[in-house]
Order: sequence, then structure tokens, then C-alpha cells
Amino acid sequence: MNAGCTGVVVTGMGAVTPLGIGSRTLHERWLAGCSGIEAGEGPASDFRSDEHLSLKEIRRADRYTQLALVAGDEALAQAGWSRADLPYDAERVGVVVGTGFGGIGTLEYGKEAFGEHGRLRVPPLSVPLLISNAAPAALSMRYGLRGNSYATVSACAASAHAIGQAMRMIQVGDADAVVTGGSEAALTPMIRAMFSALDALSTSGLSRPFDARRDGFVMGEGAAILVLEDEAKAAARGARVLAHMRGYGACSDAHHLTAPDSEGRGAALAMTRALQDAGATPSQVVYVNAHGTSTPLNDRAETKAIKAALNGRAAAIPVSSTKSAIGHLLGAAGAAEAVATILALRDGVAPPTLGHEQPEEGLDLDYVPGEAKPLPPAEAGRPLALSNSFGFGGHNVVLAFEPARAVA
Amino acid sequence: MMPATITYETIEDTVKQALPRFGVDSSRGTREATFEELDLDSLDIAELSQIIEDDYGVRLTSDDLGSLESIDDTIQLVLSRIP
Repeated sequence: MNAGCTGVVVTGMGAVTPLGIGSRTLHERWLAGCSGIEAGEGPASDFRSDEHLSLKEIRRADRYTQLALVAGDEALAQAGWSRADLPYDAERVGVVVGTGFGGIGTLEYGKEAFGEHGRLRVPPLSVPLLISNAAPAALSMRYGLRGNSYATVSACAASAHAIGQAMRMIQVGDADAVVTGGSEAALTPMIRAMFSALDALSTSGLSRPFDARRDGFVMGEGAAILVLEDEAKAAARGARVLAHMRGYGACSDAHHLTAPDSEGRGAALAMTRALQDAGATPSQVVYVNAHGTSTPLNDRAETKAIKAALNGRAAAIPVSSTKSAIGHLLGAAGAAEAVATILALRDGVAPPTLGHEQPEEGLDLDYVPGEAKPLPPAEAGRPLALSNSFGFGGHNVVLAFEPARAVA
Repeated sequence: MMPATITYETIEDTVKQALPRFGVDSSRGTREATFEELDLDSLDIAELSQIIEDDYGVRLTSDDLGSLESIDDTIQLVLSRIP
């Protein structure tokens, strides 16, 4: 896909993150240097399900789905949609939502009931709540969306994959619009222990991507949902465009179960593919929202990848990591970071990589330490921002966004 | 958990107390109320049957659940199965 095919625009965004409820909250608080990380984790502590959902809706949804529903409500409202007033034929609206672990809390609860009381005491709703497609199913039902709906599962690249596939669904003409994004609620005793056993979590409890002292990632939870629409159809209905979705690049490392390729070759290829998909060159890139996990391996490999993909342009481009402010939202990270990227582009500002103080040899990009700074102009052509997401298993996904164009 | 004496009223009380879990106010749980009226679907009824089993030791099969239409139906069936 490249220039000449169907344009895709973002018309609505919603987020529930450790920085609070709302996509603007995420953007504004991160810009201001606030952190949602407390005691070594990024819980979505402002989220109270009963403030947004009925008792029945809460009982019918794992926390992972609840987060997605609330982010979805915000996104669809911003797009000007409602269940009673969809702008498109419901059969032409899809839902693609990524997750790493789906309803893992429900699984753990069911396992406890099973262990303590036996198989006849497992909650009857366990399966529909825990399956990793529960969030897209719930969004589809909530809004009566009857186009293609499914979940993507590729660890920490899952929701970037979801958004990329949603873009494709519109480009090939299978849908007029797609509700997409990701959700994760895996701050559970078992997942915490399992990541810890893998030695992946920060022992200091600090998320400081690209800093010499970084020692692992900090788990977070949350959801982000975007509404993507066919550009011409969005224009015809007078929709307000938040950004243009221009590129989707994806590939695999074929290297290791958890470690990235140390040279960042896969990551670089995904960035290059995203630019090619957008019909763009590195000279257009004004911001990179890094995967930036704060693990020793990722941040080094990703730095190499950015240099390889953007050539001489890399040194001039601000690169920051949302994970410095909210931790790693795992399967929801790509979507939350896409939202952050779009709002950074809109305001022409690069939010800071919080906690980045001590440089490391070879990690010499502009990681936006300290505080937010203005984005540079594009060297040529329309400005683009890249949002990187990489997942265990070697899944690399890069999304490219362009700010909304001035209305003629 | 099992009440000393099981009557229609004790089971009715159990069902009424369970209703808020399904988003239904207990006051709507009249004997004649149908599950359809209360907006309880097969998933809710499966959960309700687990509560009944916990309290009365009566296990309702999926065939049983499919035949129930109202709170009264449920109470009568449970009563008939109590040894």
C-alpha cells in the first residue's frame, strides 16, 4: 500500500492509562512531566468501573474489557458516533483490538476457585470473560458494529498490529471505518511473578528508558482505542480529522523468544517499511515515539534501529518513550503510544523521556531529557511521526502518522 | 450455609438477594417475574444456579435451566429436588 490508495484518518481517540482517564489527560500530564508509576508499577488507579459501566456490564467483562469499553466510549464520542447514530452501515464497521494477556485476572480467579473448591465451583462466566477477543466482542456488541471483528495477539506489539490491520481493512475496502486499539489488565499476582522470574522487570521500580542505569521495564495497565475512517467518507460526513494514518510497517526478527536482534535489524526494517508504506522518506520524520522499554537490550537495539532506518536524520529527531511516564502497557502499549504520538504531532511538541539523566555510550540520540520540546520542521514534504512497538517473539510494528492538514 | 428449614420463602429470599449481582433490584424479584422481564439471560441463570447449589446442594442441569422461565419456576424446581 502507498500513495494513491485509500486514505485513512483518525477521527476519535480514547485512553485509560496510569496517568488518568482520557486521551488528553495522557498527553497533558505526560507533557507536564507527571508520572503514573507508583511503587514500581503503573496501575490505572483513577479507573473506577462503576463510574462508567452498569453492574451488569462490569460482571460481564474482565477488567481488560472494561478498560477497552471506557476508552472506546471516549473515542466514539469524539468521533461523533453513537450506537443510535452510526455514520456508516454497521456491517461496514470493524473492530480490531490487541492484547497481550486478555482476561488474565479472570483466569487466575477461576484457577483459585478450581483449586479450592473443585471443578463445579468455577464461575460460569470464566470463558467468555477471559478469552483474548472479549474486548473487541464487547465493543462490537456495545455499538452494534457488525463488520469484521477480532483480536490481535503479538505480546507488546499487539495493539500496534491491531491499528495497522485496521488501516489495511479500510484500504482494501473491507470496511468504511474500524474501531481499533488495545487493552491490558495484567497487574495480577501471577503475571507479576512470571515477569519477575524472567528477570524482565525493573528491580529499582523505575522506568527510565535510554538511561545508563535502566534495569528492566515497569508493568502498567490501561487501554486506548482509536476510530479510523476512510478519508473520503470521513470528509463527506464532515468529520473532524485528528491525524492521517499514513504508514504501517511490520516484520519479524526470527531471532529469539524474548531478546531483540542486538543490531535492531527487524526494528529498522519495520520503520523503513512504515515509511515506504507512507510513500515517505526519513527527511519527513519529525518525531519518534520509541518502544523504549527501559530494558538494557531494547533501548540499545532500538537506538541502532532508529539510526539505521533514518540515516543521518536520526540525530535531529526527538525520540521519547511514553513508558517513562506510564510504564509498559504490554498489549495496550502500541495503542496508548499511538494516541500520545498523534497528540504530540497535533501540538508540535515532543514529550520528555522522564528519568533520563545518565547517557550511555552509543545511546546518543535526542531522547528529550528533562522537559518537552518543540518538534523540528520536516526537512522536506509533510511531517510524519513514527510510533514503534516490538513484542516478545520478535514482532516488530511501526505506525506512521501525519498531523491533520489545514482545511482548504 | 444451608438453612435449618428449607421453605419456599427461604429459597425466594436467596434468589432475591442474588438479583443485585445481576444488576436487578431485589424489589423486582416477585414470584411471578420472568427472567425475560428481569433481563436475565442464560449466563445469569447459570450463575444463579451455582448460588442455589451452594446454598441448598441442589444441582440444576442445563436441561433444567433451559426449562425455567420465572422465579417461581425456579423455586418450585429447587423445592422438588430437596431430599
